Amino acid sequence: MELVMAIVIGVLTSCGVLLVLRAHTFAVVLGLTMLSYAVNLFIFASGGLTAGKGAVLGVTDIYADPLPQALVLTAIVIGFAMTAFLVILAIRARAELGNDHVDGHSGSRQQQESRF
Amino acid sequence: MSTLLWIVVLPLLASIFVTAARQWQRSYLALAVAAFPALALLLLLPSAAAIFSGEVLRYQVQWLPLIGLNFSLHLDGLSFLFSLLILCIGLLVILYARYYLSAQDSMARFYAFLMLFMFAMLGVVLSGNLLQMWFFWELTSISSFLLISFWSQQGDARKGARMALTVTAAGGLALLAGIVLLGQITGSYELSVVLTQTEQLQQHAAYPVVLALVLLGAFTKSAQFPFHFWLPNAMAAPTPVSAYLHSATMVKAGIFLLARLYPLLSGTELWFLAVTLAGLTTLLVGAYFALFQHDLKGLLAYSTISHLGLITLLLGLDTDLAAVAAIFHVINHAIFKASLFMAAGIIDHETGSRDMRKINGLWKYMPVTATLAMVASASMAGVPLLNGFLSKEMFFTQTLHQGVLGSLSWLIPLLATVAAIFAVAYSARFIHDVFFNGEPIGLSKTPHEPPRYMRVPMEILVALCVLVGVFPQWFIGDLLSQAAVAVLGSAAPEYSLALWHGLNIPLLMSVLALAGGIVLYINRKHLFVFQAGFAEQPAIYRFENVLQRFVQRCRSLTAAIDNGRYQRFAGLMLVLVLWLCGAPLLELASLQGNRPALPLDMLVLAGAAILCIAAIATVLTIRQRLLSLVMISVVGLMVSLAFVRFSAPDLALTQLSVEVVTVVLLMLALYFLPHKSVKQSSPGHLVRDLALATGVGVVIGSLAFAMLTQQTDTISDYFLQNAKTGGGGTNVVNVILVDFRGFDTLGEITVLGIAALGIFKMLTGIPRFMSGADGEGRRWALDSHPLLLAVVSQALLPLALLVSVYIFFRGHNMPGGGFVAGLITAVAMILQYVAQGVDWVKPRLKVEYSTLISLGILCATITGLASWLFERPFLTSWFDYFDLPLVGTVELASAMAFDLGVYLTVVGSTLLILANLGKVTTRYRPVHKEQS
Repeated sequence: MELVMAIVIGVLTSCGVLLVLRAHTFAVVLGLTMLSYAVNLFIFASGGLTAGKGAVLGVTDIYADPLPQALVLTAIVIGFAMTAFLVILAIRARAELGNDHVDGHSGSRQQQESRF
Repeated sequence: MSTLLWIVVLPLLASIFVTAARQWQRSYLALAVAAFPALALLLLLPSAAAIFSGEVLRYQVQWLPLIGLNFSLHLDGLSFLFSLLILCIGLLVILYARYYLSAQDSMARFYAFLMLFMFAMLGVVLSGNLLQMWFFWELTSISSFLLISFWSQQGDARKGARMALTVTAAGGLALLAGIVLLGQITGSYELSVVLTQTEQLQQHAAYPVVLALVLLGAFTKSAQFPFHFWLPNAMAAPTPVSAYLHSATMVKAGIFLLARLYPLLSGTELWFLAVTLAGLTTLLVGAYFALFQHDLKGLLAYSTISHLGLITLLLGLDTDLAAVAAIFHVINHAIFKASLFMAAGIIDHETGSRDMRKINGLWKYMPVTATLAMVASASMAGVPLLNGFLSKEMFFTQTLHQGVLGSLSWLIPLLATVAAIFAVAYSARFIHDVFFNGEPIGLSKTPHEPPRYMRVPMEILVALCVLVGVFPQWFIGDLLSQAAVAVLGSAAPEYSLALWHGLNIPLLMSVLALAGGIVLYINRKHLFVFQAGFAEQPAIYRFENVLQRFVQRCRSLTAAIDNGRYQRFAGLMLVLVLWLCGAPLLELASLQGNRPALPLDMLVLAGAAILCIAAIATVLTIRQRLLSLVMISVVGLMVSLAFVRFSAPDLALTQLSVEVVTVVLLMLALYFLPHKSVKQSSPGHLVRDLALATGVGVVIGSLAFAMLTQQTDTISDYFLQNAKTGGGGTNVVNVILVDFRGFDTLGEITVLGIAALGIFKMLTGIPRFMSGADGEGRRWALDSHPLLLAVVSQALLPLALLVSVYIFFRGHNMPGGGFVAGLITAVAMILQYVAQGVDWVKPRLKVEYSTLISLGILCATITGLASWLFERPFLTSWFDYFDLPLVGTVELASAMAFDLGVYLTVVGSTLLILANLGKVTTRYRPVHKEQS
């Protein structure tokens, strides 16, 4: 089971990284979302995998590690806020600059130089 | 002894007070400002008795005792002497500045900076902790910067200020490094502890490094050669500042540091050599160049450099009394130099010029000022009956008894005499050129005596010159001996402060200096001609040049790494990740740990397969963005299921609700962003990115595997044991969030709120740019609110709210809680927007989401603060059980109020983000206040 989890984390990271390196903002946003899944799973996994034994007292005798769960819970919510921030930044950049390239311009040398 | 604290803090209060009393009439303002240091002085003086009997007064407030950081103050003979100088001369400068500043200058701003400086300087001399002293040390640099650039409209004031700050702050950084090393070696930053570790330090291999760093700090601050050049350029400051900072106090901070650490650092060959040579060079260079300055203040600045060199030289000599002489000269120099600067200021003020080639013959116009200035500069020259003579005699005596340069030690008294000759010459120039030597040339106004009270500070200081000069033992005997004890760390050897020590060599040296100086001054023309041969670029331009080139160098280095392209930079950082995470893995023999593995089951395998396929599909379909979005939402759902499978119900609930809002958000984003990616990456790029992605994925996956199979000790047992008894809840995850780590959560909801407000700000006034059609040219459907959805969503709303209330209340004991409940409420509200449109929701929902966020954070903070009422630490929780009729046993916990804060913030933030993004195309679009 641990191996499966590790592979999942690896695949999510790879896909996330690949997307983050694209030139368009939407792909970068998706990439970061994907990376945050990977990171959340990674932190969650740091407590070890436990099946069917939630950290609610009195239900079972052994419990899953509650600490990574608490960390990940807030991370999920904050992750949403950061994704939203990035998305809006991308929208605003599109509105102001007229394109959705991560550098704010389509990237040819002349254009870049004429801007500065 | 909290009076110590008040002595330090009073000037700071004055600084704050002045900014509030800006409109006051100038004299009242000066009076009110002076009241603060006067009070501090009154608090300081009663401790004289204790100090003179050899006591050390301390005051300490614990701050971070575990790592040895405390706020501590330390008053001994040395700091008493310096505090006295700072407060007394400060008071005189306040009075003087009242008349010096013109009506256009903002007096309040000046006093605010001046008092800030006084605060910092008192902090330096009274600190009992080295790191704390360093903090105040840097604050003196900053306040000095503000004061030098007080007339910021003048270019040379700005340049001079920048130069002074660069040099002294760079030295400050070196000092910090030195102090940290010192702390590492001695094991403490407390002065009282550090000073006892002399042997340990001096035998440590890092002693030369510590010494070099500390000396670098002290030498830059005290303008020692080769860092002396900033001081003449700092003369662009208003003259009261020069009198106070750049002669009497701040430049003495370096000397103070040397004296403070004297018992710790001195006594080694290295110390003697470094300090002596720096002091000697500075003494000579300063004295020589002082003679050639045409600017009155420039002359005084170089003379100050020279005298600072003299004091440093004394601290570097290996005789018993050298340190005593150094302290004595600190006092004397502060007195006569401050009064000379005040004289220069008066002359500048009344003649409109500081150029000694123009201002001549002022004796006729301002006889009283002239007399005072002449006495003070006689003291500077070392004329008998004045205080400067006494310390110079002592200095000569010490140079004769030292042996720091081995067989070349005879050079020091010789060179000291040469410097003294120049000192007499430039003092003579100050007197003769300004007050005699013909008539003033081309002055814009006729000089006259200054206002009566402008002269008072000078009169007091000059009186002190004479009194100390004639009755040294009576006036400053105790002060000096106690300061000397503090510097030496033991009782000072016998010495006598008397005017007459008989006919001896030091007296001969003095006579030689006086006679030689006069002769030199009379024949100065030749020397001036010689000196004019060196056509030198002013230091300020050279310095600016170096600075500019340095900045240019840094800029091109940055540009070489960061060419402004995001993709390249992100790639570089990922390479770094690969390296930093991958390298340790290479050293690991095997990834497999010793933790018993969970048995594999088909369901999980299937889920994992779906997840991986969806993730890869997201990448593959990235050019058809809607499809890609659908794929990534599958990934999100599978992640929530993974949380369910591996015993994290809270996470699953949260992930699920976040997934919903994320997809809504990205759908909206799709509307605003181009619907298709036009440009495809070149194959080369793609291969590079693929390699990088695979590499990072493999490394992180391996890391995860290694971590998962490792048996680890967890601190969670504590949480599990105390959740019920200490936090009153059985859902440990929730108890951690609202209780154990409540402070973290408070920070997190604050971040959430800030992010939401930032987003709102970015959406405000966004230009309209949307096309009316999608990527394929199909027009948007106008009938956007299908009836069925509208009806169902209305029916769902109360139900959803009920669910969120339920989830909220059970959260403390069962999976749920404020985060999840908040997200559910937000989703239900968003559904209304989606189904009915903004036009329908807006009039029916009169809630300001930003208010909701503030209420949430406020609620959580107040819950935390409430525990102070019961004298418990911040965010201590309370709970109890109550029996209610019909309902049964009910638990009430303060954590619920905290969770309510979390709930409100989450609802407010989510809605503020999504609703406003949705509103951009409607008539409710967020706009700037002034536009609406």
